[in-house]
Amino acid sequence: MDTPAAPAPLLQLENVQMHFPVREGLFLRSQRSCRAVDGVSLQLRAGETLGLVGESGCGKSTLGKCIVRLHQPTAGRILFAGTDLATLGQTALKPWRRHLQMVFQDPVESLNARHTVGEIVAEPFVIHGEGDARERRERVLGLLDKVGLPAAAADRYPFEFSGGQRQRIGIARALALRPRLLVCDEPVSALDVSIQSQVLNLLLDLQRELGLSYLFIAHNLAVVKHVSDRIAIMYLGRIVELAPADELYASPRHPYTRALLSAIPRPDPRGTRERIVLQGDVPSPINPPAGCPFHPRCPHATDRCRVEAPALRPAPGHADHTVSCHLDL
Amino acid sequence: MEAPAANDVVLSVRDLVTTFDTDAGRLTAVDGVSFDVRRGRTLGIVGESGCGKSVTALSIMRLLPQPMGQIRGGRILFEGRDLATLPPAELHRIRGGRIGMIFQEPMTALNPVQPIGRQLSEVFLLHRTKDAADAWRRGTEMLRKVGIPAPEIRMHEYPHQLSGGMRQRVVIAMALACEPAVVIADEPTTALDVTIQAQILELMQALQRDLGLAVVLITHDLGVIAETCDDVIVMYAGRVAESGPVEAIFDRPAHPYTRGLLDSIPRLEGTRKARLRVIEGMVPSLRDLPAGCRFQNRCPHRIDRCATAPALEAVGPDHAAACHRWRELPPR
Repeated sequence: MDTPAAPAPLLQLENVQMHFPVREGLFLRSQRSCRAVDGVSLQLRAGETLGLVGESGCGKSTLGKCIVRLHQPTAGRILFAGTDLATLGQTALKPWRRHLQMVFQDPVESLNARHTVGEIVAEPFVIHGEGDARERRERVLGLLDKVGLPAAAADRYPFEFSGGQRQRIGIARALALRPRLLVCDEPVSALDVSIQSQVLNLLLDLQRELGLSYLFIAHNLAVVKHVSDRIAIMYLGRIVELAPADELYASPRHPYTRALLSAIPRPDPRGTRERIVLQGDVPSPINPPAGCPFHPRCPHATDRCRVEAPALRPAPGHADHTVSCHLDL
Repeated sequence: MEAPAANDVVLSVRDLVTTFDTDAGRLTAVDGVSFDVRRGRTLGIVGESGCGKSVTALSIMRLLPQPMGQIRGGRILFEGRDLATLPPAELHRIRGGRIGMIFQEPMTALNPVQPIGRQLSEVFLLHRTKDAADAWRRGTEMLRKVGIPAPEIRMHEYPHQLSGGMRQRVVIAMALACEPAVVIADEPTTALDVTIQAQILELMQALQRDLGLAVVLITHDLGVIAETCDDVIVMYAGRVAESGPVEAIFDRPAHPYTRGLLDSIPRLEGTRKARLRVIEGMVPSLRDLPAGCRFQNRCPHRIDRCATAPALEAVGPDHAAACHRWRELPPR
């Protein structure tokens, strides 16, 4: 990085791969692999929000789960504050888990319906042996207050709350152990428009107050751009473009990023922009195309794109903007 | 396109009231909704979960869950008949024939254990022909029309063998098979990725132009509304809060709820990390609706008068809002 005195990254991914075995054929003998995450390298700085955008099946959620080690990646390094978490066993991992927490998409399925909200939010303290019952209760009430829920919520059950309130409960639980990094996987996709903005504001306020770093995974580019400092675009298990949020929006370099930006329906009935409609569907990560993974849908593909996979490289004149495309668009 | 005139109205919904009988008593999901759908135009119905937009669609199709859901009032006028009271035998001829339907989740709209071709032929066998070979041929042609490559092969495949976007194309082919006058599409692209959504919206617009269809498009996505609709109704808690031409709704929203919705969505050209404007609180439960204006507990402009229900009144050409204070609201 060429910025002087750039702080060491909080999180550094080096060539992370997550290949799931796919058994098929007679007696499930033939084995291929689903290359959900296929060599991702990126950095997340302290206090920064990195947006991770891509369509269903691009591997963005799998990558998030690798980072919080709900998956053990099949290759690569996950350096958190200098320590490689990728290969640690469960016991060695436990003290690190408090620093990396996750907020899930579905606030119904991610909360145990048989526990009170107080028990749900206190569970991290129990697991990590923090405080006695009275102290835990106090900290739970503090957390509920921080996410905008009344103290009375602690004694009620998840079903008594709306989707937006349940997402607040999930955020309170994730914050319990004062993590440094929150992986937010589609945190507002399941919420109604008027509730989305309430939860996005909460996440922005918490970041300012607590100095949190976010990996913000979502498919809605407008939402991601609003909360992110930098944005990574993922396609078929790889990062195809990474740039500061405003820069990515103002001058996207990768043909996939351009198509994605142009495909978003804008809430402006007088919009006159030209829409790039991509042909075809995303190929399967079990049998990804040779060469550039995007070439079968790319309007600019050349012979070279069909055989040679492009590496991420800095865009001319922009050290902070990287793109994996053979063409200079 | 001809200028819209009264005789262009294909479907007219008047004072529709739909209720559900539940353990908690009778809930009114749609409470006095009226609108017209015109030939060659798209009417968007937008609102959040529970606002009654899907129940409105199910009421028009008479597909309400039975016996809980009932139409208790109003008329649904289509080609000289009132669908609200039509006997089931006659409804069968209209549904899938003169009125097509596109649902949100193409996987559940299709039968997983029947080949695509059989399901598509069935539409023609029900409404158009007695000859199975002819129905199959027409089905293949329909798949070609919605842009499915190699339709002869696809006809023999099962829904799980197709991608989400391809499945939605099949559902569109079924909806359009019998050249309907009206298509009702309930969140047709919500389950799809954004690049596939762009393909499907483009396809629907092209087919609408070619066939002169009237479309009712139900969605929660204001972007989809802005890009595909001519007219819009904004629903809140079972009632119409505002209705009008799409430009008027986006440029000069008159109802505080419409304004709040438009202000609260993050925009690509907006300032990053700025606090978003919010609509405080949440939608009231149908079990516990406030008397008077249903938006009053979230409205920043609430006054005592809001305890009486505001009627929809004209705020501009073809543009109406149900708010006592629309004249006094500050310009946006």
